[in-house]
Amino acid sequence: MGDNLISVNNVSVNFDYQENFISKKQKIHAVNNINIKIKKGSFFGLVGESGSGKTTLGRAILGANKISSGNVIFHDEERDYDLTDMNKQDLKEYRKKAQLIFQDPYAALSPRMTVRDIIAEPLEVMRITNSRQETDERVRDIAAKCRLNIEHLRRFPHAFSGGQRQRISIARALVSNPKFIVADESVAALDVSIQADILNLLKQLQTELSLTYLFISHDLSVVAHVCDVVAVMYLGHIVEMGPSRELFKNPKHSYTKALLSSIPSIDPEKRSEAIELKGEIPSALNPPPGCVFRTRCPNPGVDCKGGEIKMGLIEVEPGHWVDQCCAI
Amino acid sequence: MSHLLEVKNLDVKFDTDEGRITAVENISLSVDQGEVLGIVGESGSGKSVTAKSIMKLNPGNTSYNEDAEIILDNENVLQFSSKQDLKKIRGGKVSMIFQEPMASFAPAIKIGAQMVEQLLIHKNINKEEAKSISINMLKRVGIADAEKRFNQYAFELSGGMRQRAMIAMALSTMPKLLLADEPTTALDVTIQAQVINLIKDIIKEYQMGVIFITHDLGVIAQVADHVAVMYLGSVVEKGPVNEILKNPKHPYTKGLLQALPDINNLDAPLSPIPGNIPSPLDRPTGCVFRTRCPHHNPEGKDGKIEMKLIEVEPGHWVDQCGIKCGQNG
Ligand SMILES: Nc1ncnc2c1ncn2[C@@H]1O[C@H](COP(=O)(O)OP(=O)(O)OP(=O)(O)O)[C@@H](O)[C@H]1O
Ligand SMILES: Nc1ncnc2c1ncn2[C@@H]1O[C@H](COP(=O)(O)OP(=O)(O)OP(=O)(O)O)[C@@H](O)[C@H]1O
Ligand code: SF4
Ligand code: SF4
Ligand SMILES: [Mg+2]
Ligand SMILES: [Mg+2]
Repeated sequence: MGDNLISVNNVSVNFDYQENFISKKQKIHAVNNINIKIKKGSFFGLVGESGSGKTTLGRAILGANKISSGNVIFHDEERDYDLTDMNKQDLKEYRKKAQLIFQDPYAALSPRMTVRDIIAEPLEVMRITNSRQETDERVRDIAAKCRLNIEHLRRFPHAFSGGQRQRISIARALVSNPKFIVADESVAALDVSIQADILNLLKQLQTELSLTYLFISHDLSVVAHVCDVVAVMYLGHIVEMGPSRELFKNPKHSYTKALLSSIPSIDPEKRSEAIELKGEIPSALNPPPGCVFRTRCPNPGVDCKGGEIKMGLIEVEPGHWVDQCCAI
Repeated sequence: MSHLLEVKNLDVKFDTDEGRITAVENISLSVDQGEVLGIVGESGSGKSVTAKSIMKLNPGNTSYNEDAEIILDNENVLQFSSKQDLKKIRGGKVSMIFQEPMASFAPAIKIGAQMVEQLLIHKNINKEEAKSISINMLKRVGIADAEKRFNQYAFELSGGMRQRAMIAMALSTMPKLLLADEPTTALDVTIQAQVINLIKDIIKEYQMGVIFITHDLGVIAQVADHVAVMYLGSVVEKGPVNEILKNPKHPYTKGLLQALPDINNLDAPLSPIPGNIPSPLDRPTGCVFRTRCPHHNPEGKDGKIEMKLIEVEPGHWVDQCGIKCGQNG
């Protein structure tokens, strides 16, 4: 598998759903038949509207969600881990290597622990270090990389601003020396200036520590700026995927086009060029048959309307994949 | 012609356990009929407090300065204290759309019942008329099955639908001034685009004045005619939207623009504004931005320069020191 760190093969995640105890059991199709490869050292972006399945896919890759079908392989230096087939020991190892940065810098940090203890906790829980001294060294080291000083380590999180808290969350995620990081809406709650600071920090840490990111966001401008590869999700499916610049310059799928056109332009003279999508994303309980986007597609073909077309990505340019119907 | 709304020299202070907080200082703004004033600024800059002052919605620990005026339709809102007077502004001449739509609907009352109740308070009409106005307004904001939604609770609606219902409720009384506090922040971009277009259409149709609060400069570019940029309770720059976004003068406005990821300019680095926003408890004297300002203006850094807006282009006002700094750097 050479330069890939993660291979996601035909992964689906369903949740059981029952409105109340007498109604019949239904399935929520949160993630459907996803195939992605994440290269080592890549900043892989996952975009899409609320409910499209980004978090579910991210959690599945971290082994935090059950995978209903398909598998996820983590290609480590010495060996591969198959997430659908791991024993306790493997799972423990994998937890050190793959970490999550939370979205909300306010909710994620325990108010009663000092910053030092918050960052040290994963080391203690995973029994990575053998002495307090070793723990302290690792904590100080990673804190410095995240631009927190020794003075900060003694304080409690309430004394920090949003940006500083997010740096604490990042330090905590990185202290176990992981190779793979899922950053789920990690800058969504931040003001632009602090957001810029955190994005720069993530980039810098990526080079310094040879990290690979899965960066989940609904903000396309942010994704365009930091990611090298982007996958666009809609209702549990990837509808388009490719090198970031190529995809943003040359979007093929109607959904990607609509999404890009909806970004409010910073130029007041360019107003209202948004391709308006009718209605809202359908429920994942009853996704439309055929192309999942067809209920909102501004220009459906004759075939798509009947719902007869199967979904599936095809490669239109090297590395640029689009759902087959629109590409034709 | 007099403005629909004119805010003059407004200070808003809060008494707290830790001391007196200056949330807003010496703000002057105006809004005309049919015009959208955008207010932009980072978290804590005083955007919501400013909007709430116009409806006198700030809580009991609030104090306003004696010489401040908020003139709405030729009356000073700050002088209002009787229930009768306040009713005129709250939901009457002024309506507010809140960032979190759940906050403006009572959870246990159906959407329709809330709309009707509000109309009955403010308009001299009967229940039947109120119901038909409400349903028409729900239709107007693009809600399918308006009759069905009328009988539902807010939690039964999706995020975008709820936001539309809230806009419908805010508009049903035909306010002269609409205060929209981050009305699209919680929405997905495709839904945000729908809601922005809706708000723009409605402003045109009813010729109301609007204050549109957001921290998203892209949204500002799309909806506002004029913009006020706030930092730590002060307006540091204001003017026509094109001027502010294309010809910004104040180092803070420039800083915000440089930190923003622009999809049309992917090679531009993202440059954060250095440092952190000071606590409102120790608000810098002189220029509020001086603790983070990248320009080296010794006078400004000493805190000796008073803040004061001056007009640099017709209608484009910048804090006076901002100009000095702009010239320096
Ligand atoms: N634990 C769960 N049980 C049942 N349904 C779930 C669960 N987690 C997620 N879902 C459903 O799966 C779908 C995908 O949700 P997910 O949280 O992955 O979306 P998302 O793209 O991360 O959205 P957002 O941008 O709002 O975070 C949604 O319909 C959601 O309601
Ligand atoms: N009732 C109150 N008592 C004390 N301080 C308050 C009160 N309401 C607001 N503040 C303070 O006033 C300042 C301005 O708050 P405001 O809510 O107007 O900010 P904002 O610009 O709307 O920010 P955001 O973008 O986060 O909504 C903040 O420092 C806030 O903590
Ligand atoms: S497959 Fe058809 S309905 Fe789906 S996005 Fe393409 S054109 Fe639209
Ligand atoms: S140059 Fe001086 S007055 Fe202008 S923003 Fe900077 S510190 Fe303030
Ligand atoms: Mg999510
Ligand atoms: Mg606010």
